[in-house]
Amino acid sequence: MSGTPATPAIVVTDVTRTYQLDGVSVPALRGVSLTVADGDYLAIVGTSGSGKSTLMHLLGGLDRPTAGTLVIGGRDVATLSPSELARLRNETIGFVFQSFHLLARTTARDNVALPLVYRGIGRRERRSRAAEMLNRVGLAHRIDHRPNQLSGGEQQRVAIARALVTGPSVLLADEPTGNLDSVTGRSVLTLLESLNAEGVAVVLVTHDKEVAERAHRQIVMRDGLIVEPPPEQPSAPGPEVGPAPGPEVGPAPGPEAGPMAAAGEGAA
Amino acid sequence: MRLAEAWRVALDALRANRLRSILTMLGVVIGVAAVVALVGIGTGTKQQIERQVEGLGSNLLIVVPGRLEAGSAPSVSTLSLDDVDAVSRIVGDRSRVAVTVASGETVRAGNRSTFASMQGVLETTPTVFVRHLDRGSYLTRSDVNTARRVAVLGAGAATQLFGDRDPIGRQITVGGVRFRVIGTFEPLGQSLGVDRDSEVHIPVTAAQRLLGTDRIDALAVRAPDRDRIDALGADIVKALSERHPDTDFSAVTQQQILGVLGDILGVLTGVLAAIAGISLLVGGVGVSNIMLVSVRERTKEIGLRKAVGARPRDIGLQFLLEAVLLTTIGGVLGMALGVTAALLVDRLTPVPAAITWWSLALAFGVSAAVGIIFGVVPAQRAGRLDPVVALRTE
Repeated sequence: MSGTPATPAIVVTDVTRTYQLDGVSVPALRGVSLTVADGDYLAIVGTSGSGKSTLMHLLGGLDRPTAGTLVIGGRDVATLSPSELARLRNETIGFVFQSFHLLARTTARDNVALPLVYRGIGRRERRSRAAEMLNRVGLAHRIDHRPNQLSGGEQQRVAIARALVTGPSVLLADEPTGNLDSVTGRSVLTLLESLNAEGVAVVLVTHDKEVAERAHRQIVMRDGLIVEPPPEQPSAPGPEVGPAPGPEVGPAPGPEAGPMAAAGEGAA
Repeated sequence: MRLAEAWRVALDALRANRLRSILTMLGVVIGVAAVVALVGIGTGTKQQIERQVEGLGSNLLIVVPGRLEAGSAPSVSTLSLDDVDAVSRIVGDRSRVAVTVASGETVRAGNRSTFASMQGVLETTPTVFVRHLDRGSYLTRSDVNTARRVAVLGAGAATQLFGDRDPIGRQITVGGVRFRVIGTFEPLGQSLGVDRDSEVHIPVTAAQRLLGTDRIDALAVRAPDRDRIDALGADIVKALSERHPDTDFSAVTQQQILGVLGDILGVLTGVLAAIAGISLLVGGVGVSNIMLVSVRERTKEIGLRKAVGARPRDIGLQFLLEAVLLTTIGGVLGMALGVTAALLVDRLTPVPAAITWWSLALAFGVSAAVGIIFGVVPAQRAGRLDPVVALRTE
């Protein structure tokens, strides 16, 4: 929302990420390029160990690349101190996790207000903005409930409200429906899509094909690389993804997604 | 994050683990309570001794043979009653000069006996020191001059020997020699660890005869003029040194005695406080330990807070404030407990205790400092946690 068309929300260029585990180098990303444009609706698909979570952490500014450049909200992450990076996360990114990550013993309203605490916003304003956000995700009647008094779907809605409360330009959702039944999961996705329609870029990380197919575009990861769409033929659908993407995505967003993806994705 | 907000978050975290917070605080509570109570007892003892030394009478000058220095052996007295006359001439008033020759003796009355501090004295003793009679009369100058075998009993000795009966006019034996009781003192209690109610006063001449000596142990002078007390002491010491070229003499004022005792008691109080401080240190280690556990336990929470924009120092501050809250709340509770304990000791035992504002301020300051010192390491650890790793922790 804060970005302009000239500067995409997130630009990843030739990024690698290598972990050191007991002195052994483990490459999690081996050269990835990707652009998340404003208003994008993107699914990152892959098996576990493919590097999709690592990519997600990088997109959210939780982690830094080993090599390559990562620009979030127009700022090169390599130039930022940990505090500046925290500030950038607070202002630009909203996270939604598979396991919700709500603070126990804390009401829905105070959970939603948490990011505003770190922005130095006063209690009164935090509470009113949190209430507004809960209303927006359809939980106005659950405002003073604690996580253990809420269903899984409601907890995920609280988490989405928390992700939105700072007015981020990108929502990063890591398996947002993973802990939910299919009906609840679909309603959470519908919520995310309605937010996307209002202009927030949504990036889903999932291994669920059905979920991925609802996105305007998909990238498939394997062994730390983006394998699909292939670097040279961005528009060709891959065999694993199957016949679904075209019809499911719908006529209007589909064509738009193509060019955007083409612009963002370079060779691995 | 605003500081007020950080305090609220820290308080919430302590509330969430109420039992653990209380147990962790307990270490600090006990440490602070021990410091406050022991310093209170030390201070109370010091004040009591000061009162007792002052209660001996004002402007007192005590003359003893030997030098009054730490580590010097007590000297054998060479003073005699002739010296008293010389000192009286310097002071200009015999009634301001008192002497003692003291000895522990068994005192009997009928079939009862008690061990008493026999004091050979002049008739001037009640004037020089503050002593009030309960019954009868004190020794007279003629009693002293004629070495009459009469005695004045301390309240404790009188009760030991005669119970509820009136001792006046009755016979006692001191060291096997018969004396007649002519008076009793009002109760005095303990002074500098000596039970002054077990004293038996007899004329110094009679005491010398009983002990087979012509020495006296010490001289005391009530100076007529407070401002000249040091000069008077110097004059007396000079005169006595001329009369006894081989002996050193010291003249000590109450202020000097108080100074020496104050130093000793100050050291004692310091040692007590230091020992109690060790338990406070142990409490601090407990706080550190629990905070480390808390950081580990709340790794996911830390990860989430970082994800939504908490800076390392926001997280560090949150945990540091938690530790400081633990120790300061513990400190306040400990102060209350320590004051209560000191007051109970003062009320229920012979040991005196007095609470001073500085010991409370010190205890509070130290407990807050303990929180900061022992909270820093866990707080840094929390602040430096990698959010990716933290979020992954289950």
